[in-house]
Amino acid sequence: MFGSHEVPAELRRRIAFASAAVSLALLLLVLRMWSLQILHGAELAALSENNRIRLRRIAATRGRVVDRHHRVLVESEASYDAVLVPEDARDLENTVETLAQFLEQSAADTTAILERAAKRPKFQEIVVKRGLEWHEVVAIETHQADLPGVSVHVTPRRSYPEGPVLAHVLGYVGEVSPGDLAENSSYRSGDLIGKSGLEKVFDEQLRGINGGRHVEVDAVGRELRVLDKVDAVPGSTLVLSVDLDLQRAAESALGEEVGAVVAVDPTNGDILAMVSRPSFDPNAFASGLRSKEWRALIEDPRDPLTQRAFRGQYPPGSTFKFIVAAAALEEGIINPFNEIRCSGTHGFGERQFRCWRHGGHGSVNLVQALAQSCDVFFYQLGQKLGVDTIARYARAFGLGEPTGIVLGHEAGGLVPDREWKRERFGEPWYPGETLPVSIGQGYVTATPLQMAHAVAGLAMGKLYRPRLVLALEEQNGALVDSVPADEMPDLAVRPAVLAEVREGLVQVVNGVRGTGKKAALEGITVAGKTGTSQVVAMGRKRVKSSELPREQRDHAWFVAFAPAEAPEIAIAVLVEHASGGGGSVAAPVAGEVIGEYFRLKQTREAVRYAQN
Amino acid sequence: MLRIDRRLVANIEWPLLVLTLLLVGCGLMTILSATYEESRPFSTFFIKQSIWAGAGLVGLLVAMMFDYRLLHRYGYVVYVIAIASLVIVNIAGVRGGGAQRWIGLGPVALQPSEFMKIALVVVLATNLHRWAGGTRLRLGRLAMPIALFAVPAFLILRQPDLGTVILLGLVAFSVLMIAGLPLRFVMIAALVVGPALPFGWQHLKPYQQRRIVSFLDPQKDPLGAGYHVLQSKIAIGSGMVHGKGYLQGTQNNLHFLPEQHTDFVFSVFAEEWGFVGSAVLLALYAAMILRGLVIAGKAKDNLGALLAAGLTATVFWQVAINIAMTSGALPVVGITLPFLSYGGSSMLALLISVGLVMNVSMRRHTF
Repeated sequence: MFGSHEVPAELRRRIAFASAAVSLALLLLVLRMWSLQILHGAELAALSENNRIRLRRIAATRGRVVDRHHRVLVESEASYDAVLVPEDARDLENTVETLAQFLEQSAADTTAILERAAKRPKFQEIVVKRGLEWHEVVAIETHQADLPGVSVHVTPRRSYPEGPVLAHVLGYVGEVSPGDLAENSSYRSGDLIGKSGLEKVFDEQLRGINGGRHVEVDAVGRELRVLDKVDAVPGSTLVLSVDLDLQRAAESALGEEVGAVVAVDPTNGDILAMVSRPSFDPNAFASGLRSKEWRALIEDPRDPLTQRAFRGQYPPGSTFKFIVAAAALEEGIINPFNEIRCSGTHGFGERQFRCWRHGGHGSVNLVQALAQSCDVFFYQLGQKLGVDTIARYARAFGLGEPTGIVLGHEAGGLVPDREWKRERFGEPWYPGETLPVSIGQGYVTATPLQMAHAVAGLAMGKLYRPRLVLALEEQNGALVDSVPADEMPDLAVRPAVLAEVREGLVQVVNGVRGTGKKAALEGITVAGKTGTSQVVAMGRKRVKSSELPREQRDHAWFVAFAPAEAPEIAIAVLVEHASGGGGSVAAPVAGEVIGEYFRLKQTREAVRYAQN
Repeated sequence: MLRIDRRLVANIEWPLLVLTLLLVGCGLMTILSATYEESRPFSTFFIKQSIWAGAGLVGLLVAMMFDYRLLHRYGYVVYVIAIASLVIVNIAGVRGGGAQRWIGLGPVALQPSEFMKIALVVVLATNLHRWAGGTRLRLGRLAMPIALFAVPAFLILRQPDLGTVILLGLVAFSVLMIAGLPLRFVMIAALVVGPALPFGWQHLKPYQQRRIVSFLDPQKDPLGAGYHVLQSKIAIGSGMVHGKGYLQGTQNNLHFLPEQHTDFVFSVFAEEWGFVGSAVLLALYAAMILRGLVIAGKAKDNLGALLAAGLTATVFWQVAINIAMTSGALPVVGITLPFLSYGGSSMLALLISVGLVMNVSMRRHTF
């Protein structure tokens, strides 16, 4: 039994030491039990008798959203909520019914509250109604004796001082749904979370961290004392690249038209304004949308909830021509001096493709063809380039795939090529299909954001990923995180080519026969391109857009940048089913926004000068 | 290999076996109470746990029968299998409660991290036994044991399961200490890292601290956890000297206790059995752990000594941390109480561990 030990003495010594340490540790635990169960036993037993310790949350203030000059776009304000702790309500049904009278709630509402109460631990509070009116708060406070377990909590509520301005980008908040709860374990029932837009994408950063208090309450749920408290950590402030003044100007420039405006800074990708109209008022969501209001929004034929700026996909029409022009010059299909004769039609096989101008444009070079938007000129370029080459350049300008803006569900538009046709339809590409593509019709689609992005690329010779959020800041203004400008892969187009195409766009706005003269400004050279994209294929008959039913009318486009020599702003305007073409409907909107941009800039410089 | 030697039968490790059976009994009894409802006295939890305990006893027998010295050759194989199962969890595991910790096998779900605890002790014992207790333990030799710990730690952190990672760290540390890690290494490390941690932490911005905390433990709700601990303390304390009696705990019945059958099972026990019961339970654990260390000290060879000591350390740390945590002396980190907390894989792994320690004990006289 006590034979030779094979294990070294040092090892046995250490094991003996471990035994001593273990004994000591377990003895300490026995002492801990002694302390809890004997020394503090009576006290803790009294607490357990009628368990009156409650966990009350301190809601974290949701972070603000501000524009690039730190003007408030979204903030949180105080709101009064009626809250019920079922455990403290002596007769739950009776209490809920009494409460319903004060709050003017229907029988259906009370049933819903009772159902919710049945599903959850009895000590957890339930929000009965948010955003109480002042008389409701007073009613609850004065009838406290009849309402055991009911109390009024002050919680922050979301407020959007600008109402419908930028609403699609900002998004809205709503009460967490059972689905959200299952997906994210950090949510708690009753939380308000971002449901769309920036509120959703940056929910985690905006939300902050809830705190709370452990309180001892009396029989009707009134607080007797606070046992422990953890402060809430407020959410971060989101600083956007948007300029609120310019945003307002763009909203009013578009007026009552249905459509979108996207203005970007071509030097870094900053989104200066992003309008989608019609819009909605996110304030309605903050205090709980009634089902009637919700249905009205959903059923509105003009789709106010749709974010047209980057989820709406439209044929870009003639705005696409600047890409085809760049491709043709870069590929050496044509040089700036070559002229092509436009007689008003272009024959291809059996078919005749028309130019928008009945009588034709005569002989035009590239700059003139862009300025006058000659379709026949571009049919010929497209035919020589082939659809795959056009597609390659369109993709280089950022079309055909989402631009990568931080907001979710961005549409990518469509840039067709042979392979796509084969995969999509199982058919080869027919050469005749290249002609509509070369004037931005046919299968081609793009979002207004993509077109602003593409024209910014033309302006600068390179692309930056659209940047909507500049920085995250703490409540006190300390920087948490900033987002650098993100340069995208090279355009692979020679500077000389870009210069020639830009000249064409300058002539669109400033040339005698330009199609976009309504965007011209005094003192600033605007370069732009009009587009009028067909919604329904026309037969032989030519009908004026204004004579068609609304949903068959053309879309009007205008893309532009300015000043042409040293671009600071690039813009895309889309008007859905417009009463006229790009030149008459969309170009003035773009002109107004660009004009406002330079007016604002001048004012700011003047103010800065005065301050120094 | 599995042939049963008469001498081995005569040497069966009865004290450890009896202590184990007593603790398993306590555990089943407490789970019955923690999940008791008058309409349905035997909850699914209780029934499942009983089945797992039965399977565990079979595991214990198997773990006891082969000669543990085979681990000289197969120690690393055991480790690699355990790592592979953790990788599978990371790729195709079953989610539950916000974490991905299980492998689903038809009706049963296995939690590989529980078996990793055994595998880590086995591989460390295999790696360290050659020079344990000698003076050859130099700093350079630590690289391998640290790597052997780091791989599973990384995989388990991704599930995420901070509690188990902390436990693995403590177990690895314990095995190294017993194997002969010079005390001065530990003291130097403590002197360097100890003050640096809070210092560095304070210099982080609040959002950075938040990021780290939420990286390590995404489910953590500091306030909710505090509330649970408070309720747990009330439950334990209200048991007073004699307890409220079996099935009479009120904290538990009103659902004030979170996870009353897993992490917080001790408070259910302590509320019903009082200080007397808690002291007896702690005495049972003490006896089991000290018996395990005695076996380690008397082992035939270093491998056996480290194996027995390491497996015993696993039980010790879990008991100490869990009870300290439920009684509010340590932050809540999600470590279960051996033999009492609900969890099939945990029960199975623990009984296999006991079998291995018995294995070491029974072979101390063989050659």
